[in-house]
Amino acid sequence: MSSLVVFFLVLILGFIITKGIGVINWEFLTTMPEDGMTKGGIYPAIVGTFCLVGGSMLFAFPIGVMSGIFIHEYAPHGFFKNFLQLMTNNLAGVPSIVFGLFGMSLFVNKLGFGDSIIAGSLTLGLLVLPIVIRTTEEALKSVNDSFRLASYGLGAGKLQTIGRVVLPIAFPNIITGLILSIGRVSGETAPILFTVAAYYLPKLPTSMYDQVMALPYHLYVLSTSGTNIKESRDMAYGTALVLVMIVLIANLIANALRKFLSKKVKMN
Amino acid sequence: MYKIESKEVSLYYGDHLALKNISLQMKANTVTALIGPSGCGKSTYLRLLNRMNDLIENVKIEGTVLIDNKDIYARGIKIDDLRKKVGMVFQKPNPFPKTIFENVAYGLRVNGISNKSYIEERVIRSLQNSALWEEVKDKLNKSAFELSGGQQQRLCIARALAIEPSIILMDEPASALDPISTAKIEELIYELKDKYTIVIVTHNMQQAARVSDRTAFFYIGELIEYNDTKEIFTNPQNQRTQNYITGRFG
Repeated sequence: MSSLVVFFLVLILGFIITKGIGVINWEFLTTMPEDGMTKGGIYPAIVGTFCLVGGSMLFAFPIGVMSGIFIHEYAPHGFFKNFLQLMTNNLAGVPSIVFGLFGMSLFVNKLGFGDSIIAGSLTLGLLVLPIVIRTTEEALKSVNDSFRLASYGLGAGKLQTIGRVVLPIAFPNIITGLILSIGRVSGETAPILFTVAAYYLPKLPTSMYDQVMALPYHLYVLSTSGTNIKESRDMAYGTALVLVMIVLIANLIANALRKFLSKKVKMN
Repeated sequence: MYKIESKEVSLYYGDHLALKNISLQMKANTVTALIGPSGCGKSTYLRLLNRMNDLIENVKIEGTVLIDNKDIYARGIKIDDLRKKVGMVFQKPNPFPKTIFENVAYGLRVNGISNKSYIEERVIRSLQNSALWEEVKDKLNKSAFELSGGQQQRLCIARALAIEPSIILMDEPASALDPISTAKIEELIYELKDKYTIVIVTHNMQQAARVSDRTAFFYIGELIEYNDTKEIFTNPQNQRTQNYITGRFG
């Protein structure tokens, strides 16, 4: 069964690579799209995706980690804790297009951010919040209680125990939450559809209230609603390859970071 | 005056009565062994003395526990301060994933001490007192996980000594160790007696006989017999004590 999974992964990757590798060159990565997006590059979409990943992590990571700590370490067992966990799971199950609509009505309209990086980042941040919360909870759960007891036994308080012993041990695993959410954020289309993504915007953002292009939405545009879909087909495969590569590289970096950190935890 | 005194202490886990009316006195600078079959309440009693049981939900405690004549369950008692005075060593060695130095310094740091030379001095003295110094003096900045199990346990003792407690609780401190490491720990207990009051839970009869001055035999939440160790092992008053120490059950 699992070799079947690997087979399909390799099949998909191989398909995208063979179709997309032809258009990838330095120019493709660093220039603006031209000629109704049939020529030129995808530079603004790459920059836009990075902005959205960074922005949403800035929002989701601290809040998610703190929520996870609260749920696992502070919330008393019982109705309230179960309720929080249930709601976190439910939030994870909400379709992403619903997040998009919610983000549009709250961030874009109500709070008046307009279609902007900040509106899109907050929407994407909400989307991945449950992932960060759950992985934080799991990471804290995997910390052996004997460390907590030892710390309490030395007269340390709860906050000190969490800050000095529990979190450093759990941190490498919390990073996993970051990995997963980066992958998720860079690939999502629906939440950015109404909150940030630009159809065609051949310039870079100058502030967080600007619109940006983003890779997944650009891919959608190129393959369904471009000015010349046939002509831009190759560009679409190239875009898909870049998107896949970004996710892959992010995962590899985060994985290396996690390994490095767990080694460091043992040393300190 | 007694160092530790419990008066008619009962403890419930939910509805389950785990300790029944335990009255027990321990003098300063003595080693008291708590023995008895698994589930008899000896570890629960030990954890009563530094309020470790507070961390478990649904625990209810009746009666009084006095340390230095002060009720440690009275209102207004700071648990952190109590635990500074009553150090604890656990069954399995549980050093933090930090360096050897930082493990010992941890208790000082969380108690707000930041004077570098003072911390250094205390770390060294604690390692000397736990008979580990000679083995680790060249690798204080190495991870504590590089030590053997026996060394880790002595590191945990050093960690407890660093905050200068007056009582040390040991919950089967040698049960996870080989005979040579066990002998070292026992030797250490004997030396520490001069400065500290020690309460040790053990499953090992010979160990209780070797290291302790007084022995308390627990059975299903009750204190059956409490006397000088020599008396308990040579002339037990209660039939159940005799059966247990001669290995007829347990």
